[in-house]
Amino acid sequence: MRIAVVGAGPAGVRAVEVLMAAGHRPVWIDEAPEGGGRIYQRPPAPLQRNARTLYGFEAKRATALHAAFDALKARADWRPETLAWHIRPGAKRLHTLHRGTQAVVEYDAALLCTGAMDRVLPVPGWTLPGVTTLGGAQIALKAQGCGIGRRVVFLGSGPLLWLVAYQYAKAGAEVAAVLDTTPFATKAAAAPGLLRGGATFAKGLFYVGWLRAHRVPVAEGVTPLAIEGGAEGVAGLRWRDASGREHAVACDAVGMGWGLRPEAQLADLAGIPFRFDALQHNWVPVRDAAGRTPVAGHYLAGDGAGIGGAEVAELAGARAALALLQDAGQAVEATTVARLDAALARQQRFRAALDRAFPFPAHLAAALPDEAILCRCEGLRAGELRAAARADNAAGPAPEMNRAKAFSRTGMGRCQGRVCGAAAAEILAAELGQPVEAIGRLRGQPPVKPLPIAAPRPAPEAVP
Amino acid sequence: MRLHRLRDADRPRIALTLDGRTIEAQQGDTLLTALLAADAGHLRRSEFGDGERAGFCLMGACQDCWVAVEGLGRVRACATPAEAGMAVKRG
Repeated sequence: MRIAVVGAGPAGVRAVEVLMAAGHRPVWIDEAPEGGGRIYQRPPAPLQRNARTLYGFEAKRATALHAAFDALKARADWRPETLAWHIRPGAKRLHTLHRGTQAVVEYDAALLCTGAMDRVLPVPGWTLPGVTTLGGAQIALKAQGCGIGRRVVFLGSGPLLWLVAYQYAKAGAEVAAVLDTTPFATKAAAAPGLLRGGATFAKGLFYVGWLRAHRVPVAEGVTPLAIEGGAEGVAGLRWRDASGREHAVACDAVGMGWGLRPEAQLADLAGIPFRFDALQHNWVPVRDAAGRTPVAGHYLAGDGAGIGGAEVAELAGARAALALLQDAGQAVEATTVARLDAALARQQRFRAALDRAFPFPAHLAAALPDEAILCRCEGLRAGELRAAARADNAAGPAPEMNRAKAFSRTGMGRCQGRVCGAAAAEILAAELGQPVEAIGRLRGQPPVKPLPIAAPRPAPEAVP
Repeated sequence: MRLHRLRDADRPRIALTLDGRTIEAQQGDTLLTALLAADAGHLRRSEFGDGERAGFCLMGACQDCWVAVEGLGRVRACATPAEAGMAVKRG
């Protein structure tokens, strides 16, 4: 059986481990030169790789995953620095690009472990040099030993906000402020459910406590107003506190993010239907608890299948691989399956509490001023999307995201709406007076990332 | 935007050029790090006249850090290792 696994993060590594233990040799694709995913990304040589420094409390987990990856890659058909830019579920073919050369991977079963990226809210001034996602700020430190500036503000919500601020302060950067848009009361209300998370919850509290003890300015329930600066980059950030008072903080960089969203473009192209997960406030591909999808032969695991975090991804990767083996008629150990299912169900309950503690602030997206840039790729402003949505628009109103994209070009740029999509949906929904799930989501288009037009093609093949 | 080298900042030096000007970087830098830890300030200018850009996601998704490298064409600065002698132009 020809198996293709896309992604070598926590889900992909554990999936390949199960598949190889069962005697298979999958084609294993990742855009990065090495495994580990974004969360356990390793710095390139000659940067040092001290796991304790790079991954903190997660050092043991990261080291174990890297060891598993290193042992597997020699025996799998490992294809690093390779972009899977299209999938055709009928023909069962993946289209890839490696250093400018295209290839086709034929498979009988595909397991997609494509990960996630930051979910972002545009803020006036967010295109200035010096503004990055929280994940980007973390990668700069983890994989390159650099801070995104000397005096950094972290803005957003969710566990990553506090973790990255802590990591920067520990590494010796000045953290000018941690600005959390979630009110304290919202988090407190979710605390009983968060206790299910045990060590994970305790670590979160530790980061917050550490930052407060080290006198890092912290505020909750904030409203960001504008990032200010010029050609040289960021100079400061204006924000409003929970009592309505305005503040300005000087800084040369801002890291911002509001949780994660799945990188599910390949799942979309594979024809897997999506549903709106109200708790996560994300569109997620449809799958069962084991990772099976309605499209036979196609499996999903990890954050690309709905945000669960790295620990869940490891479990889900192994579970989806077992589902694939079960469906192929191979015997699997019932106790292993039961153990994974129980662990995944337990994590699911903690995840739900996390999503309640850090809800996506849709009202902030909907309130983006007309003149603020919404779509970075196309330089489009929020007002242009609102104009496209209105009934008096010459082409007629745009009742859903894809029509609004055609009218306004929102999400038509080279990132394909990865960055602006979540906020654009809120703006359109608010303008139309509809719930956000009613206006749909931007459909995926191949290639999932831009390709050079001159990329050499493989030998001609019959199109079935 | 200026990246601040916080750790592991004494690696062997390499030299490349940005729009003809010499940039000193370190082995193991991505192009984004090499340019923004030096004094490049930005990587590209928006085609739509709304100012300078210097990347955003740093993980190969947003496509906002494109630069041109002689012999390689257009690349994402965040995902391209800096190499000695590279001739880079702002995207």
